[in-house]
Amino acid sequence: MQANLFQGRRVSCFRRFQAHNMQFTKRKKAIGNYQAELYGHCLQFYGQPPVENISLSEFETFAVERLKLLKTVENLGVSYVKTSEQYKKKMEVEISSLNFPYRTEVDDRKPLTGPTEYEKRRKDHISHFILRLAYCQTEDLRRWFIQQEMDLFRYRFTDLPSKFKSDFLHRNNLHYDTISSEEKENLMDKLVHSTFTVSGTTVVEQDFYKVPFQDALDLVRTRKVFLKGGYAYIPHQDIVTIVLNDFRTRLSKALALTARSLPAVQSDERLQPLLSHLSHAYVGQDYSIQKNVGKISLEQIDPLSAKSFPLCMRQLHKALRENHHLRHGGRMQYGLFLKGIGLTLDQALQFWRAEFVKGKVDADKFDKAYAYSIRHMFGKEGKRTDYTPYSCMKVILSNPPSQGDYHGCPFRHSDPELLKQKLQSFKISPAGINQILELVKGMHYQLACQKYFELTHGIEDSGFSLNHPNQYFVESQRLLTGGKEVKREADTPRGGQGVPANKGADAPLDKPANPAQAAAEVTEDLDSLFQDD
Amino acid sequence: MPVSDYDPTSLPDLLPLYYRRLFPFSPYYRWLNYGGVTKNYFQNREFSFTLRDDIYVRYQSFSNQSELEKEMQKMNPYKIDIGAVYSHRPNQHNTVKSGSFQALEKELVFDIDMTDYDDVRSCCSAADICSKCWTLMTIAIRILDRALREDFGFRHCLWVYSGRRGVHCWVCDPAARKLSVAARSAVAEYLSLVKGGEETVKKVQLSDPIHPFIKESLMVVERYFSQYALAGQDILSNKESVDKVLALDLVAYFQSEKNPTKRWERLKSLVHQKRTSSKKATHADKEIMLQYCYPRLDVNVSKGVNHLLKSPFSVHPKTGRISVPIDLRELDQFDPFQVPTISLICEELDRPRSTEEEAEETKENEKDAGEKRKIRDYKRTSLAKYVKLFDSFVEGLERSRKGELLKKSDLQKEF
Ligand code: SF4
Ligand SMILES: [Zn+2]
Repeated sequence: MQANLFQGRRVSCFRRFQAHNMQFTKRKKAIGNYQAELYGHCLQFYGQPPVENISLSEFETFAVERLKLLKTVENLGVSYVKTSEQYKKKMEVEISSLNFPYRTEVDDRKPLTGPTEYEKRRKDHISHFILRLAYCQTEDLRRWFIQQEMDLFRYRFTDLPSKFKSDFLHRNNLHYDTISSEEKENLMDKLVHSTFTVSGTTVVEQDFYKVPFQDALDLVRTRKVFLKGGYAYIPHQDIVTIVLNDFRTRLSKALALTARSLPAVQSDERLQPLLSHLSHAYVGQDYSIQKNVGKISLEQIDPLSAKSFPLCMRQLHKALRENHHLRHGGRMQYGLFLKGIGLTLDQALQFWRAEFVKGKVDADKFDKAYAYSIRHMFGKEGKRTDYTPYSCMKVILSNPPSQGDYHGCPFRHSDPELLKQKLQSFKISPAGINQILELVKGMHYQLACQKYFELTHGIEDSGFSLNHPNQYFVESQRLLTGGKEVKREADTPRGGQGVPANKGADAPLDKPANPAQAAAEVTEDLDSLFQDD
Repeated sequence: MPVSDYDPTSLPDLLPLYYRRLFPFSPYYRWLNYGGVTKNYFQNREFSFTLRDDIYVRYQSFSNQSELEKEMQKMNPYKIDIGAVYSHRPNQHNTVKSGSFQALEKELVFDIDMTDYDDVRSCCSAADICSKCWTLMTIAIRILDRALREDFGFRHCLWVYSGRRGVHCWVCDPAARKLSVAARSAVAEYLSLVKGGEETVKKVQLSDPIHPFIKESLMVVERYFSQYALAGQDILSNKESVDKVLALDLVAYFQSEKNPTKRWERLKSLVHQKRTSSKKATHADKEIMLQYCYPRLDVNVSKGVNHLLKSPFSVHPKTGRISVPIDLRELDQFDPFQVPTISLICEELDRPRSTEEEAEETKENEKDAGEKRKIRDYKRTSLAKYVKLFDSFVEGLERSRKGELLKKSDLQKEF
């Protein structure tokens, strides 16, 4: 990347935030002062947008690194229980290795290596706001961004020593109604029995907050809080729930506002492509457009299904070959997957027709009853929405298979005994099978699938975190045909994809879903977008 | 189930009569209009009708009471479901841009169906009910109604008999109608204790400390348990069912005791001994009680804002019984078999009037004859007390709405 190219060019997109910031006029203090104030705590509520101008190169680096962080947050969230020690450990490692603040002490001495605490906090602040710009544009993007930022915030807040927590609340003017000591006295018994680690003495010692139950849904759902008359009585130790709720409400409002002022940012021809690139990078799961369209022949599907298909697709393929039919759920899940690995519409029609006519469906009926839905998948009929292949989450969580269905995720939806037999028939070692079944038992279906991947590909650590059947396919093909060099690329975290640092990588992920945009962007690297006129 | 007087094939003849002369349109409209406070609240409400031959029409909506009346009298639905209040009129949902037609609000609803209790009923199964197992519904209503009021602070909960084998609850407070999907599912999960399907034997797991909500619920269950489970279902009488109970993690030797109530006492004291002797508390007795009696909710029904639920005063096409509101003040006396069927009330209409009624009738002038006649009509049938109950529920809603308005304007005065 030609960083020097950007020298002297500075971005001040954050004015957009200030336009709707009520406190704008108050902020006449000296900027240095203001920033010391702004970065006085290792954790931020991101109430104030940055006021400084930053260089384009910094803009980009910050954005990419936060994106990496958020992708990691997402991956850890699906792989570990969020309260587990492992989760916390991994989070800590990731946050510090990406040079985001996580330590609580303010240390102004220049560290021997790496950025100072102040620099980290500044990066935390600015990068959050850059991603707001990139992720405010659609409902999906907003939801993803909010979810990851919340998980990140939850971890960081929970990790704070209690003194820092109070300090944080104080600095950000977060006041919540507490109950009086008489009320506490009256409810003592119930308060003690509503929370796991609260005893009589700790009830007396700590504050209890009274908030509408709608603001503490996580505690309500798990019955970990006392409810009375529509209010949740939350002990100070659980205050993260309320703070987090506040965090979400504010962030989602802010994103809606940002979206409204976005046209102005988008008209900036230097920022627009960068932002849209950033927002496409999250998708990690958008396999709807593939580089290798048409590179797969129909004859290859059988061998590929044994070598490179994840279990869910292998099962569907087998069922289709055996029954010459699949019900709707199976056709959708498998059909979109095949589209994702590169079948063209014509190939797909040919593939499904050939199989169906071997069964009870003749060619005429096929064309009348099924061809439409296949064209639909390719966006050639109806609303012309380009259907995206299903992610693991979608396969695992939605539309569970019922009688006569073969779709779903075998790790989630098969009886463990059947799964075991199936794995045995695929010659997985007994030790490997046990590992897989253990993961299934712990409801870590994607990890079980990943273990299966590792065992069938003879590798120790697959180096990616699985969240999409098409990703499974891509990674498998990379290993089987790509050779060493490509393998190394697969080691970089997903978030790294779709950004120029990775431009050599075969990264099908960073292609935007919209074909028109794709055409415009495929040919251009970020570098070229920032060339001086 | 004896529904001797109702014959499903007569439905096409009875429904027109029911919708013309008996269905309580006036309070029904007042209910769903909620005082007309929010613009288009009634107009944007989805109704769906099941017509003859199971023809199902969704996304019906009506501008006002008279249009609702006219359409129902024209279509004579076998079953009426109520859905959400949408962003646009549901009958025009095809004309608005896709994605912008959205469910905005709905009552918080609960659906409890006796078929979900099949593993703990020995008297009946599937769609059948009897007065013995109906106790389960009584328990369910007591537990949930208490929690909705005391824990969640709701005040307007309408309990309705589904017409066959279950009950529905409509929580109508403004705050309840505005709940998000996430909030609805959190409420439903808070209220769910029995978990696991066919493959799970032990469906209730308690751990210390026992949450006040569970304690309150246990108090309700305790009131009914020996009557229902020990006497009614005989869960401790024969070998097979004893095994089933004990599979729930207890080793008890009470063979020498024949009386089920005393057997239960032994079991409890056994649990108690275990509890005091070991560090880890055991709650086996409580878990058994809850597994047998605790309400089993269909969480999915409660979760969705756009989920449809059978309307009060809809007819159940199989049994002919009307979905009537349940009076909680007389809950223990509620008998699903006493709920009037459509054939009964239509018959009651045809009975010759008493002389008093005649006299009253001649006294009245014939102004707004239609409405008055309808009121007189249902008053002559056994539907009367249920309509009255419904009326007072709607009045309660109206009263608190007025109270809110007054409070607001008082506040304004202060400023
Ligand atoms: S984890 Fe994902 S890829 Fe693997 S079988 Fe399940 S759905 Fe398919
Ligand atoms: Zn029964």
